[in-house]
Amino acid sequence: MTHLFYGLVPVCRKEFLHIVRDRGTLVFALLLPMLQLFLFGFAIDTNIRQIPTVVYDESHTQESRQLLQSFANSDVFQLKFVAASKQDLYEAVRSGRARVGIRIPYDYARNLQSGTTATVLLLVDGSDSNVAGQAVSTSTGVTLQESLARVVPGGRVPIEVRPSVLYNPATRSPNFFVPGLIAILLQVMAILLIALSLVREREHGTLEQLTMTPVAPLGLMVGKMIPYGCLAFLELCAILFVMRVVFLVPIHGNLFVLLLLSLPFLLTVLGLGLVISSKARTQAEAFQLAMGTILPSVFLSGYIFLIENMPAPFQVISRLIPATYYIQILRGIILRGAGLAELWTQAAILIVMGSAAILLAARQFVRGKAI
Amino acid sequence: MYTVIQADQLTIRFGSFTAVDKVSFQIARGEVFGFLGPNGSGKTTIIKALCGLLAPSNGSGIILGMDIRKHAAEIRRHVGYMSQKFGLYEDLTVGENIAFYAGVYGIQGAQAEQRKQEVLALTGIEHYLNRRAGQLSGGWKQRLALACAIIHSPEVVFLDEPTAGIDPVARRALWDLIFRLSGQGVTFFVTTHYMDEAERCGRVGYIYLSKLVALGTVADLQRLPDASPAGTTRLQIDVPDPSSKLEQVRSVAGVREATIFGRSIHALVESDLIPALRSQMRDAAIQPIEPSLEDVFVTLTYNIMGATS
Repeated sequence: MTHLFYGLVPVCRKEFLHIVRDRGTLVFALLLPMLQLFLFGFAIDTNIRQIPTVVYDESHTQESRQLLQSFANSDVFQLKFVAASKQDLYEAVRSGRARVGIRIPYDYARNLQSGTTATVLLLVDGSDSNVAGQAVSTSTGVTLQESLARVVPGGRVPIEVRPSVLYNPATRSPNFFVPGLIAILLQVMAILLIALSLVREREHGTLEQLTMTPVAPLGLMVGKMIPYGCLAFLELCAILFVMRVVFLVPIHGNLFVLLLLSLPFLLTVLGLGLVISSKARTQAEAFQLAMGTILPSVFLSGYIFLIENMPAPFQVISRLIPATYYIQILRGIILRGAGLAELWTQAAILIVMGSAAILLAARQFVRGKAI
Repeated sequence: MYTVIQADQLTIRFGSFTAVDKVSFQIARGEVFGFLGPNGSGKTTIIKALCGLLAPSNGSGIILGMDIRKHAAEIRRHVGYMSQKFGLYEDLTVGENIAFYAGVYGIQGAQAEQRKQEVLALTGIEHYLNRRAGQLSGGWKQRLALACAIIHSPEVVFLDEPTAGIDPVARRALWDLIFRLSGQGVTFFVTTHYMDEAERCGRVGYIYLSKLVALGTVADLQRLPDASPAGTTRLQIDVPDPSSKLEQVRSVAGVREATIFGRSIHALVESDLIPALRSQMRDAAIQPIEPSLEDVFVTLTYNIMGATS
């Protein structure tokens, strides 16, 4: 009778009862991620368009107006302000009204006609590196186009790029953003629910009572993971539904493979929640620790920034973050139509991480230490 | 006499701190053993060690013939435990709490139902079967906690300050229950701060600064030489206004202890001082008395404090 998972069934049954009884927490747990999905799904657009731009045109010629028109046509710049002086131009950028300043010198048209290189000054506010990068590359492209048109009359250029963007042809932001968001939302929900549940037992003295019973640490851990895992899985289905129907993100791969490969991630984050609850003495502490997992999962998981661009030590850290692998799974299946063959390693890593977390938590709870 | 709990030189250290220092005692089947001591003196630590939750640093403990070092898991199946926190799930009903603990102890099916009915009848809580545990009063919570603690018919039950914060009627009811069960052969190990509860117990142990400083029946302890040192007598001094006279009594040389007890003063004085005290307090009725359990513990505690400081 003394087996490793002793007490699993009664603990599991009891935990379901808690969930059903505590309607407030249930609604909160299911609704909050959904609310955030809507909020972030609509609010965040990673494509950079319509950067507010200030123009100081000293040249006032047909040529300068033509160049400005090309800038405006790119859709990246919105020529919003006109500066009357150099000071005006700098002031507009410094105050933040404009993120880019374009200054066309008085000799622009003259230089063009005489064959000398005409220069254009581009002021870029570097405080947002994405915006700055986009501004520089687009302006380079625009002026290159203009130059070519002048050098090669008739417009026939020797080389032309024909980009073909795979998997997300319209480069829609939600397609890129929402699948990653699923990982973050599920992680926060699962960690919080299970960690709070265990710490609540410690606060109420029921954990102490349980340690006096034959319940095995793993029976307690896994008995708690099953109900909260079910809840998180339900939430995942709801989020996928909203993603498909509201944000119109197509799922290119197999939905069932996606659901199947979500289980290792749930295992890992629930395990993480258990580790947190073995460290936290109060619910407030557990809450803070759970919140502490969010930022690394957002910034180091490849969700927003490419892992390949990070310094080597951070790449190592990103490999230790469960969300890294789940985001690869989500994007792989949803956007690229990948399947088990391509993603089984990620799933395997998550299973190893999850099992390690559970064993670690169980060790912490081993009789006496955790009370 | 069949010994069910035996501690032999039991010692538990946490780092450099010794929480339990060479404690030895034996408790027989069906006995109600009272365990007293200030907070932090090691009462709960001993219970945890006896349940196999803490490995002793030295010495040994045997419960129901099982060594606490080797058979921790098996011991937990045969002992019940109830703490002052009760360990109940307040959002679950009375029935659900009992069913959960039955499940946790591996009792299933018809046997679970039968045990449930038995503990419900025993504790008289059947009328509240469908009420949430959180909505019960303190006394009923305590009965429910006891019902959960004995669902698996344990042979030994540890009650860790079971009556803290419970009204006198509920306390009386709990003690009646304890004695009913002990009559059926269940052994109780009860920690308490209440002297009247300690006096109900067949035998009492007093732990202070991690050491067991007294052990025996209440009568044994009252006759303890340390509690009534040679050449001293315990007196009850009846005076009209005891609280105003307390300082006067304390200031008399040869009075070792004095405290108010109801409408009189209890004092431990050197015996040859009694005539002088009588003549000094003419309006007082002075008579020798047996020390109460509290007197014994206070004196023992002072003795140790005096020895250590």
